[in-house]
Amino acid sequence: MASITLEGLKKTYAGSVDAVKGVDLTIEDGEFVVLVGPSGCGKSTLLRMVAGLETITEGTLKIGDRVVNQLEPAERDIAMVFQNYALYPHMTVYNNLAYGLKNRGFKKDEIEKRVRIAAKMLEIEDFLERKPRKLSGGQRQRVAMGRALVREPAAFLFDEPLSNLDAKLRVQMRVEIKQLQRRLKTTSLYVTHDQLEAMTLGDRLVVLNAGQIEQVGTPMEIYARPATMFVAGFIGSPAMNMVPVEYLHARGANGLLDNLPEGTDIVGIRPDDMHLAPPEGTHLIVESTLQLFEAAGAESHLYVNLADSDQPTVIRVSGQPPVAEGETLRFYVTRDALHPFNSATGKRTGD
Amino acid sequence: MQTKRMTFPGRWLPYALLAPQVIITLIFFIWPAGKAMYQSLLREDAFGLRTTFVGLENFARLFRDGDYLNSLSVTAIFAVGTTLISMSVALLLASTVNRMIHSRSAYTTLLVWPYAIAPAIAGVLWWFIFNPSIGIVPYLLDMVGYNWNHRTSGNDAMLLVVLAAAWKQISYNFLFFLAGMQSIPQSLIEAAAIDGASPMKRFWTIIFPLLTPTTFFLMVVNVVYAMFDTFGIIHATTQGGPSQATNTLVYKVYADGFIGLNLGSSAAQSVILMVIVILLTVVQFRFIERRVNY
Amino acid sequence: MVENRPWANMFAHTILIIGVALVVFPVYIAIVASTHGPGEFLRGTLPLLPGPHAIDNYKAMWNTGLSRAGAPPAGQMLWNSFVMAMAITIGKLSISLLSAFAIVYFRFRFRMFFFWIIFITLMLPVEVRIIPTFQVVADLKMLNSFAGLSIPLIASATATFLFRQFFMTVPEEMLEAARVDGAGPLKFFKDILLPLSITNIAALFVIMFIYGWNQYLWPLLITTDPDYYTIVMGIQRMTTAADGDPQWHLVMAAVVMAALPPVLVVLFMQRLFVKGLTETEK
Repeated sequence: MASITLEGLKKTYAGSVDAVKGVDLTIEDGEFVVLVGPSGCGKSTLLRMVAGLETITEGTLKIGDRVVNQLEPAERDIAMVFQNYALYPHMTVYNNLAYGLKNRGFKKDEIEKRVRIAAKMLEIEDFLERKPRKLSGGQRQRVAMGRALVREPAAFLFDEPLSNLDAKLRVQMRVEIKQLQRRLKTTSLYVTHDQLEAMTLGDRLVVLNAGQIEQVGTPMEIYARPATMFVAGFIGSPAMNMVPVEYLHARGANGLLDNLPEGTDIVGIRPDDMHLAPPEGTHLIVESTLQLFEAAGAESHLYVNLADSDQPTVIRVSGQPPVAEGETLRFYVTRDALHPFNSATGKRTGD
Repeated sequence: MQTKRMTFPGRWLPYALLAPQVIITLIFFIWPAGKAMYQSLLREDAFGLRTTFVGLENFARLFRDGDYLNSLSVTAIFAVGTTLISMSVALLLASTVNRMIHSRSAYTTLLVWPYAIAPAIAGVLWWFIFNPSIGIVPYLLDMVGYNWNHRTSGNDAMLLVVLAAAWKQISYNFLFFLAGMQSIPQSLIEAAAIDGASPMKRFWTIIFPLLTPTTFFLMVVNVVYAMFDTFGIIHATTQGGPSQATNTLVYKVYADGFIGLNLGSSAAQSVILMVIVILLTVVQFRFIERRVNY
Repeated sequence: MVENRPWANMFAHTILIIGVALVVFPVYIAIVASTHGPGEFLRGTLPLLPGPHAIDNYKAMWNTGLSRAGAPPAGQMLWNSFVMAMAITIGKLSISLLSAFAIVYFRFRFRMFFFWIIFITLMLPVEVRIIPTFQVVADLKMLNSFAGLSIPLIASATATFLFRQFFMTVPEEMLEAARVDGAGPLKFFKDILLPLSITNIAALFVIMFIYGWNQYLWPLLITTDPDYYTIVMGIQRMTTAADGDPQWHLVMAAVVMAALPPVLVVLFMQRLFVKGLTETEK
């Protein structure tokens, strides 16, 4: 077990593309940190740099107290779960799990013991003699996890491990990974582009964009106080609506917008914070035209255009309200639901 | 040219891994080829005692030499004949087999094995059934009034080696045509059938045009085969005769160098052959690149 | 697809049966000829049905050969052919696997240069450089030896390219997982890459074995000692003698024995053979 420290980590590819532009981050011992961001944001590159699969152009990487920049992947005491599992197709499940231990010169009975324990934990004991080809997607996923578990490494690295599974299995494995990590308390770094996966799994999230950290924090911190417009739009689904302050002023703001932090020219409103019935206290009233009504069972999404503007906006309400497409809708927003931003810097202005 | 995204670090290991192949190539391919080029510029006297540098004289002589010009045209006829016969028979058989469902693999098995027979053996087999005194084919030909004798008739001899060479190559062409036809999406054939095209029409308007890449590829391969891989057929049967009627370029290199001991001329012929192979290889590779994108 | 053309199917089968008959015919005649005594050939035309002397002929050929034609017993020539074919096959596969591994999994100076050296072998078949290659082998004192029969034929751009192509399709993560698991280059090659390539190796083995077995010009050049004659080239010695002298029953027995091993390989390993053949030409 160990902490992982990234100091000014940079990756520049030949042809001078900066994939990672200087990342500082400390992952505490036993912590589960999720790197999340859109594709191409550098999250996988960053993970692969920690693993030793990509060289580090600049900066220092420490696992525990050891600087590991120049160490081979095998010498870093990490284990990795790959997106497509990367199971050795010609080896049985048992040998897939045992291979890393054999290469490290473990004794046969120690290997046997560790494989049995891991197999039991992941409920793959019945498949140990099978080849990966004969396993379902979910079972392969477990084997890939098992290969990391048996090593009892200082850290687990996960590279989008659930993205090849169907929706139902993904939820199930997500829960299992979380429980497993709680039990083992192994430092983990997990990469995903799925914000829901990130929110539910991580002790802390690191939101990356274009090779840089946008925000680090617990899932709820990030959800409640996104530090940038990018984070605001990326975390939460449907995405946060952005409405220019000027527009709201013109529609009659009731003095509600008077105490917005200085520099605020746009406000973000989560789809769930737009109510069809007037809430208590002061609030904004905005008119809009319903373009599309999407019923999703327990909740509904209303796609509207704000009145006298083409701005598309999404509202999430529970149940199924009696509305028809083409109808004019009024919705209500309270002051504490507004996330103030400056559109030039893209940063949160305060609150 | 690509490598993997991630590679192994290694200072001397890659060189050690390449060494066996590179050393063998240098000693047995590059060095002799260079030697051939060098020798093509020299002439040895009859006893091999003195060599003189003669520049391109050996090449000039070749193109003045009736025998060499004859060998060029013999090779052309041989290559074209072999390619035509084996490809058309193979295409006929492959398209017929392709419409079979249950018997396809049985027929395929029965048709592919001649690939495994050495050209020299193929030559001997056909030499035997065409043997003028005991062969079965001359006996039948005699009944229709044709007096077959490949020992005296140049045309008969040429036909014999062409048949032997084509026979052996049918299985190769057959397999590639069959593979080509099976890679044509069934939906295209079905669409044509719904559009009312008869099987014959479907073959000529859909299948054959889509096979063009395979056909071109096979043409190059067959020409290469006929030019370079058929030495055994000629050597085991006609030995270039009668009166040079089947003296192909490759056989002539061997005969002039090894039997005639005319090293300079043989080396010059080798150099010309290398140029031909290089040209054919370039055509083949150009073509394969296009085939992939087809 | 519904196709109701019974006559078309009949016609197709007829074409195929004729085709198969034409393909089989020369070999059938050879087999028949190898079962008759020498007397049959003096009478003029060849019989079309098998005779009673098969065992005598094959035995004679296997044990004594055609000594008058200077050909050793077929048993020995078959053994020589087998040794040569195996040496060529194993040699080609080994050096090609190693060099493809180097080219795909390493970055090093002169990589392209080495690639071109290997590529060039495609353009220099033995047939076009007969005399100088013979001289090199003679200078190295490799005439009349198995080393001389096999080593000069081992370099193979085709096999190297095929393995290169195959290695490129092996998922990147396979290497990454192996490195995280602590495998170095040679361990990765032995534990992961070789087992993954096994079908390709087997397919190429079939093709290379046939190639090696069927060598003709090369053994003809470098063997003068009958102890090293291979069966395919040995037959030529017999036919030249047999042409004036009716020993055809024995020659044909030798022909059948020479053709049988590679034909059996194709028939019993047809799937691998087809895979090998179509992939080497890609």
